[in-house]
Amino acid sequence: MEKNKNSNVSRRSFLRDGLFGGALAGLGALGGLVLKETKAANTVWQIDPYVCVACGNCATYCVLEESAVKCVHAFAMCGYCDLCSGFLEPEPRELDSGAENELCPAGAIQRRFVEDPFYEYTIDESLCNGCGKCVKGCNAFGNGSLFLQVRHDRCLNCNECSIAAACPSGAFKRVPADKPYILKEVKHE
Amino acid sequence: MRQLRSIVIFLVLPLIVTTYSFGVERFPPPDFESGYEMPVTTVPSPRQNFYEYIDLGVLIAAIGVASYLALRRRSRRGLFVLTVFSLLYFGFWRKGCICPIGAIQNITMSIFDSSYAAPLFVLGFFLVPLISTLFFGRTFCAAVCPLGAVQDLVLVRPVSVPQWLERSLRFLAYVYLGAAVLFAATGSAFIICRYDPFVSIFRLSGNFYILVLAGCFLLAGMFIGRPYCRFLCPYGVILRQLSRISRFRVSITPDECIHCRLCEDACPFGAIKKPMVEWPAESYSKNKRLLGILIVALPVFVLAGGWLGGSVKHIAAKMHWRVRLAERIYLEDMDQVEGTTDASDAFRATGEDVNELYSEASAIRQKLGVGGWIVGGFLGFVTGLKLVGLSIRKNREDYEADAGQCLSCGRCFSYCPREHARLERIRQKSSK
Repeated sequence: MEKNKNSNVSRRSFLRDGLFGGALAGLGALGGLVLKETKAANTVWQIDPYVCVACGNCATYCVLEESAVKCVHAFAMCGYCDLCSGFLEPEPRELDSGAENELCPAGAIQRRFVEDPFYEYTIDESLCNGCGKCVKGCNAFGNGSLFLQVRHDRCLNCNECSIAAACPSGAFKRVPADKPYILKEVKHE
Repeated sequence: MRQLRSIVIFLVLPLIVTTYSFGVERFPPPDFESGYEMPVTTVPSPRQNFYEYIDLGVLIAAIGVASYLALRRRSRRGLFVLTVFSLLYFGFWRKGCICPIGAIQNITMSIFDSSYAAPLFVLGFFLVPLISTLFFGRTFCAAVCPLGAVQDLVLVRPVSVPQWLERSLRFLAYVYLGAAVLFAATGSAFIICRYDPFVSIFRLSGNFYILVLAGCFLLAGMFIGRPYCRFLCPYGVILRQLSRISRFRVSITPDECIHCRLCEDACPFGAIKKPMVEWPAESYSKNKRLLGILIVALPVFVLAGGWLGGSVKHIAAKMHWRVRLAERIYLEDMDQVEGTTDASDAFRATGEDVNELYSEASAIRQKLGVGGWIVGGFLGFVTGLKLVGLSIRKNREDYEADAGQCLSCGRCFSYCPREHARLERIRQKSSK
């Protein structure tokens, strides 16, 4: 009887040891399998400006109260137009910075006179809400120097970006953290 | 000059611009004569990479401390303090991302999608709690997981859930895990993240419906101990199995059970199992027959589950944006809907071939069909095993914490008179 009980216990402990070892080996194998695919650096979210259609989802779908997506300006591409289709309403009354003439709902674009007939446009990121109205305007009639980017000083880098899930054109990408921006560039040599 | 430019823009451009474009150089960049210097586009850098490894270090340390507190010190108070710390660090400070639960999807995607490679620390976040559970039981759940922590802290008046309901609801977690793996493997969505109710609390902002869901979970969590952990957590499914075969585990009593029944209702998560004796003879033979039938019927469960899983592919495929887009484009082309959406406009602007999109969508559907079969088969298998488990009776002599369900929270310690005797011994020793 006593002997019988002992063998029962050892069988059970053998089974348990086997399962334990099996589970450990399984986890090790899974780790090894994935390890081949891993990278040391993190990935972050970014918008491909050449795919983005400036639909406006960036302004509303971010988990942050104020979106991590902002408009940025590739100055080297800008035509410095007086009649800027990214800054002004389609048919502005005056070519000036009056609120009734501005396209930006937040008044985040600052217009500064450089020299005749050129004006410089800079984005005040503390005001920009990432709606992309200016981007649409600039793409439609201008050089396309205004575009949307995820600003990494604000982005929480969610595992699944809420804006990416709502993006109609698939412009959101995971990019390596050491190259976190996809900036538009000048095409001419 | 200035006026001429305006006239050109007003009159000519609208005629030229017919399609949406991503910027053509319509106006050459000016040559400035006033010595104007062009500003540079700023690029604020993301969070430093080594911080992620610090997070991983904190995770390992926290699990270590939790295991020590639960298994050796047997200190509920210590675990409570650690719970608060984890909630503050992983929850409110790190805003809940990345967490081991969500890492399931990154790991899955890195296996199935060759273009995606999970960062190394994500692999760490995924594996460390699993390995620690294999050794020490679910101490990660006890005091490290921020999702568990927020629920643990709102639990004020636990009500016990009937066994049959508890067992049935637990099945939801398997479905959730299966769906999460399926959608991550096909690159459709990260549903664990998308429908996570607690991350919005950590961030104090979020989608309205998710906030409502979070409110519901917290409200329910005041009375039902940790509803997400017990009935939904997909990571918990894996942890439960590993905890069942773990090396060491939390026990209610520090030495021996004296069958005083004081701990019977101590566990708010219904994880304390009463002693059980063998079935009576007639019910034994009845259950033996039932067990035989169930084991024979196991393949039927697998096939039924697989068929069910495979047949929802058309609904499941809607989670993938390319499939949604293809369906929308099809409806538009067939004149079955009016107007266009942002997505269909964007697609048409790219000038891609519609048929390529259709074939891409049907490939995704096919993948989901195969994946659905596998996941459904797995769920059928689990259902079968659960039924088998019902007709097996394990002899249990003492009051024990269930190996799988016990979250190692340590609430039961103080209910045990042997624990008080132990603490008394320690007090006497230290006062000597």
